[in-house]
Order: sequence, then C-alpha cells, then structure tokens
Amino acid sequence: MSDKVIVVDPITRLEGHGKITIFLDEAGNVKRAYFQIPELRGFEIFCRGRIAEDMPIITPRICGVCPTAHHTASTKTLDDLYKVKPTPTAEKLRRLMYNLFMFEDHVLHIYVLAGPDFIVGPKAPKAERNIFGIIKKVGKEVGLKVIGARKKAREFMTIIGGKTIHPVFGLPGGVSKQLSEETRKQLLEWADEAIEFAKFTHDLFKKLFLEEYKDLVFSDAYMHKTYYMGLVDEHNKVDFYDGKIRIVNPKGNEYAKFDVHQYLDYLGEHVEPWTFVRMTFLKKVGWKGFVDGEDSGILCVAPLARLNAADGMKTPIAQEAYEEFFEAFGGRPVHYTLAMHWARIVETIQAAERIKELASDPDITSPDIRNIPTEKPSVGMAVVEAPRGTLIHHYETDENGIIQKVNLIVATQNNAARICLSIDKAARSLIKNGQVDEGLLNMVEMAFRAYDPCHACATHSLPGSIPLVIEIRNSKGKVIKELRNT
Amino acid sequence: MSKEKPKVAFYWCASCGGCEEAVVDLAEEVLKVIELVDIVFWPVAVDTKREDIEKMADGEIFASFINGAIRLSEQEDMVKLLRRKSKFIIAYGSCSYMGGIPALANMWNRETIFNWVYSESPTVMNPDKTTPKTKIEVKEGELELPLFYNTVRTLDQVIEVDYYVPGCPPTPQVTKNALLALLSDELPPKGSVIGALSKSVCEECPLNETKPDKVLIDSFKRLAVTKIDPEKCLLLQGIPCLGPVTRGGCGALCPNGKMPCTGCFGPLDGVLDYGGKAISFLASILDVPPEEDAVLKAIENLPDPVGLVYKYSLARSLLRGRIIKKGGGSE
Repeated sequence: MSDKVIVVDPITRLEGHGKITIFLDEAGNVKRAYFQIPELRGFEIFCRGRIAEDMPIITPRICGVCPTAHHTASTKTLDDLYKVKPTPTAEKLRRLMYNLFMFEDHVLHIYVLAGPDFIVGPKAPKAERNIFGIIKKVGKEVGLKVIGARKKAREFMTIIGGKTIHPVFGLPGGVSKQLSEETRKQLLEWADEAIEFAKFTHDLFKKLFLEEYKDLVFSDAYMHKTYYMGLVDEHNKVDFYDGKIRIVNPKGNEYAKFDVHQYLDYLGEHVEPWTFVRMTFLKKVGWKGFVDGEDSGILCVAPLARLNAADGMKTPIAQEAYEEFFEAFGGRPVHYTLAMHWARIVETIQAAERIKELASDPDITSPDIRNIPTEKPSVGMAVVEAPRGTLIHHYETDENGIIQKVNLIVATQNNAARICLSIDKAARSLIKNGQVDEGLLNMVEMAFRAYDPCHACATHSLPGSIPLVIEIRNSKGKVIKELRNT
Repeated sequence: MSKEKPKVAFYWCASCGGCEEAVVDLAEEVLKVIELVDIVFWPVAVDTKREDIEKMADGEIFASFINGAIRLSEQEDMVKLLRRKSKFIIAYGSCSYMGGIPALANMWNRETIFNWVYSESPTVMNPDKTTPKTKIEVKEGELELPLFYNTVRTLDQVIEVDYYVPGCPPTPQVTKNALLALLSDELPPKGSVIGALSKSVCEECPLNETKPDKVLIDSFKRLAVTKIDPEKCLLLQGIPCLGPVTRGGCGALCPNGKMPCTGCFGPLDGVLDYGGKAISFLASILDVPPEEDAVLKAIENLPDPVGLVYKYSLARSLLRGRIIKKGGGSE
C-alpha cells in the first residue's frame, strides 16, 4: 500500500470537487495533467415517473447557483412538450427574469470568483485574493455597489419568480404570476443603475486586461483553437433566452446553425473512465481525443463562445463593447480563454440593457400571462444560454404528461473537454524540470476559472464553487507534492 | 478574533450549492454573524484545511452546519470527523434533513443510473461501454474516483444530529433565527427543528383568508393544464398544495409566487413521516362517494404520489423507497 498512498484531502474528494492530477516524467516535465470531476446524482433517471410540470421545480436542484437557467430551460421544454406558446407578456416576464439572473450571476463571477485574480492580482497573497481584497484595493464603495447590485437583482427575481434559489413561476404556456405596475416602476428606476454599474465594470476590467495583464490574457498557455457554440436570434445577435444554435469553426466561419430539435444530429457525448462528467463534442467532426483544431470535435461554450458565434449584441451599449472587444484581439474569433472574462462583461451590459427595455414595456404588466395547453404531450426539447453555456433539456412523456425519458446537455459538459485541454496546457507551460511554484496553483486555477465551470450542472451533482486539489506525481506515479485551494 | 466567540463550521455534502448561496444571501448581514461567531471552516469562502479540523480538540467547534445528503463514502468520513469535533451538528437544508430531491434516486440503484448516463442516453457515444471506475489505470499512472453508493441517506442516518434547519434552501431569515436560537441561553431541546415556525405554511399564506375551515373538493387538477385564479386558495381549485401539512417559516414564498407549496420545509412537529401525513391530508379533502370508481376518478390527476408527497423526504420516509437488489451491492 505504501507506494500507492495518495495524499488526497478528503475535503476536496468528499464533495467530488475538481481534482487535478499531474504526472511528471523523469526529467520533471509534465507528461499529462488530468482534470477530474468525481460525482454524479442521476437526475435523468429519477425524473422518470414525475409529472411534467414538476420538472421546472425539480431540475433547478441540479444547481443552486444557476437554478434559473434550469427552470427556464425546463419551462420552455414544457411549452414544446404541450405544443403551446407562452403569451407575449409571459415571454417578456420570462426574459426579464432571465436577464436579471444573467446580470447577477455574471456579477458574482466577475467580482467574487474571477475578479480577484485581476483586481488584486494573480500572484497576490492568497488571503487577499477574494472579494474582501477587492474592497481593500478599489474601495468600500465599489464593494458595496457589487453586493448591492446583486442583492437588488435577486430581490426582483424573488418577486417575479417566487423564489430566487429555485424559482417556481414557469408553467407550460406562460407563467404563474402577473407583474405589478409598482414593481415595474421600481425595476425601471433600478435598471439605469444596473447599466451604469455594468459600464463601470467594463471600464475597470478593460483597462486591466489591456494594460496590467495583457501578457497573461494574450498568453499561449491559455489558448485553444476550437469550435464555438451559442444561441443567436433572427439577426444572429446574442440571445440568452431563445433562438437558433449556431456553431462557428476555429476560423470563425459558420459551421452549423440549427434548431434545438436537431441537437442529436450535431452533438455527441464522450465518456472517460476517470471522471464522472460526460464531454460534449461535435458528432460529425468526431471525437479525436484531447486535441484542438478544426479536425477535432471539441467545442467551447459560455460568454467567449457566444460572442464568437454571433454577429453582434442585441443592445446598443453592449454592441459597442462587442466591437471594442474584437478590435482589441484583432478580429473574430478570439481563442484566448482568459478573454472569457471580458466577454462576460459585454454580456452583463446586454443583460442590464435588456432589463431596462423589458421594464419599459407597459404590456409586461398585462394579466394575460398564460395559454392553457390543449394538445397531448409527447416530446419536448428546448435550449437556453445558461451563464456557463448552452443548456438543452429534452423530455419524453406518455400522453398524460408523465416523464418517461430525460436527456440533459448541460453548459459545463460542453466545455468539459476544452477545460481538460486548458489544464493540461497550462500545467505543461508552467511546470518545467520538476520546479513547482506555489503560484502554479492559482495560474492553473485561472485556466479553468475563466470558464466559470459549474460541475454541479456538469455532473448534475456538484456545487458551483469547486475547491481544487492538485497532485504532482513523479514518473513512478507517487505523489511528490500536493497543492490545494481549500 | 476574540477567543470567547464560539466556533462555527459550514460544510456541504451531496447538494446543489443552493444552501451555500442561501448563506451568501445573508449579504451584508454576514458581517453581523461574524461579530457573533468565528467561522473556522467554510470551504466555499474560508481557507481552512481538513488537517486544521483534525488538529482541533474533540468538541472544540461549537456548531457545524452541514448541508447536502450522503451519496459518497468520503462524505460519510468527513461528517464523522465533524461530529467528533463539534458540540452541535446541525442538518442544514432539506437534503441533509430529509434526503432532498437527490433522494428521489433511491427508487433506482447505481447500475440503472450508470447505464443511462454512460450508455443509453441518446447523445452518448460510448461503443466500448466505458464507465467511471474507483481506480483507473491510465498510461501515466493511476487515478481514483470516489465510490457512488446505491442509496442516498440523510445526515442523521450517518451521524447523530442535534438540530435541523429546514428548507430548499433555508431562507436568510430562517438561517439567522437558527443561529440566534443556538446562541441563546436557553437551548432548544435536542432533535428540534430550529429557525422555522411551529405552524403551517397556510398561516403565512396571503390566500389563507380565502380558505374555509374545511376544504372539500371533488377531484384534483393538473397545474400543467389548469388555469389558476391567483386570488383563491389553490386547494379549493383542486391543486394539491401541501401548505397545510408543511412547516412554515419561509414566508409562503411559493404561494406568493402563485404556485403550490411542495413541502420543502418538511413536517410539522410530531409527524413521523411527512409523505404519509400529506397523502392522508389530501385524501381527507376529497368529497366523493366511497366507491372505487369514484375515488379513482377523483385522484386520476395525482399519477405520481411519490414525487408529490416525498419530493424532499424520500430518504427519511418510513418506506425509504428502497429497491430490492438483484445481487447485493448495497452499502
């Protein structure tokens, strides 16, 4: 046993947290770095036998960080299942809820999860690399703005959706609750603040990306040429709630544009024995192993992919930011993984602008919030853009709307293979001749943090924040060093 | 940090992360909590390792709040360690308290789940029938994954639990109440549900005034195909709302969203089996002749009783939803 003792901290294993194992050769260089996700809950199985309208209640429990994404995908799947369209007001309310969610979720990631790497610094003392470090560096006022913006958005979400963590308002053909005129006015008032806050965030980070951390953002250690996938509206603009799925190839040319009902023709999932997560790839290109390029079916989703896959943004200020983004990187597509952070801010602007547009529409308070289904249910499929990427729900029921089959293609699954590539490449670039710097931990973490991965979703099992353990093993497979962030 | 402040730990097992978000939703009130206690362990936010917990004296932690159900062997190890080190263990949230939604998986076993996830799912392309293994030989060496149990268990089926905080997730107010109850001079009796109310969700529901003393209906309706009057008690409209048998304290969030209570806060005091209570309540409001056909007709819109009344509590039910296994493999 003794030569096999693996010093894995059960804290990280316990929760099935992200785990990285790095194998070194005899010279101390990286042979291969593995990124493992060790957990599973089996939602697709235990949703069987449930009534269809329970799905928007059950599936948000896949992830308490992005429950609105699952709730909305599920509700739209019920529309499709019962062949009923939501009323125009209901669709607006769902879009409003969705943009509030995108806004608060992106803000969480920008400031609390990833922001510290850039605002406080990637090599800053660990104790300061957090939201409190940000407050220290940029001032309490900004810190309170962050907490306040998120809190306010989540309060509105509770009013509109019933609950913020695990919303309840979605029903086939509409929503359960009408919006009051009073709330609409409050929203409209707050929307300007939200837009200002998004613009402020954009200015703050743009400067950091282009000046202080330019070498990092433009580093080959964090770059992969892959396919990109995202939802677009009828004008090929980024849409979080609905549209066609568009995929561009590593050159940025349209590879496919299809309705969610054709997802089985395009997307396949690969299984590895060393991780619980299934990895999405492009079926027609094929699984060619952990390599990038046009011949490999590995794809990328989430903010960077959405911007790469679209011709622009839906709203004016976000569109300006979109143009500035691609100009800075020398055109579309952008392959730098850390550019994901910038793309996320461009999307935050769009979410804030859309909140204002929707709250400005007097029809949004109409009592006409539901079309009652009259057709027999059979098969339903729907797609949304979760903050972390394209999310597909697919249900089959009997004629009483009892679930028989469920298939879920979840955001982080779509990024899973590319994240493995990123971890491997970052480790190879950073570890040479057995020299393992403590700073490695954070630099490697940055390779996956950019994706804002949610392994609760990916394995339908885990919490969104993943404590990380890194094991360095010598050529005999023995653990010679271990680093962790918890 | 003052030494007199009690030490508090937060930990998660098989959960969605919603309970963590619920604590984060205390927002600026987290700062007030920190004035009262020292948070010594909180993987999502505080930089403490397992070794630090191991080094502590037994009982040194005042209270550990543990969310999530028990699905993996390592979760069991960790909660056992926390049990030793903590004066009080608090099962925080529905999964820890009652198994939660993940415990619906107890109607199936590991094999069925693995078969679907890694083989039968229409997107999976896995001709070699690869499945994740606890030990895997790769070219470069050996990798490990944890063991996936056959069933999901509640926290108190694994360790002794002192108090329960209900909710999926508990609201910020309930969380705050629970903390204050623990810090008060007069501790609640062991085994209590803390932070929430002793009365039902109906008592907090804005539609309660439209509910007569005795609700009687002739049949249940499906939400999927029923138009709801937002100003009228949902039970009167035939929607199976579990407010009357569910512990309050959430502020009737779902009914305020014009949707039925689905029971995430669990049973009221003295009720052994939430689902049993809920189903007998639903039966009691049916006003139909005691004939088989009439009764079946009245309940034809309740095709999934398990998902209805044990949505959050199958692991804690007297039935447990256990599967008779074909050939061992149980934990």
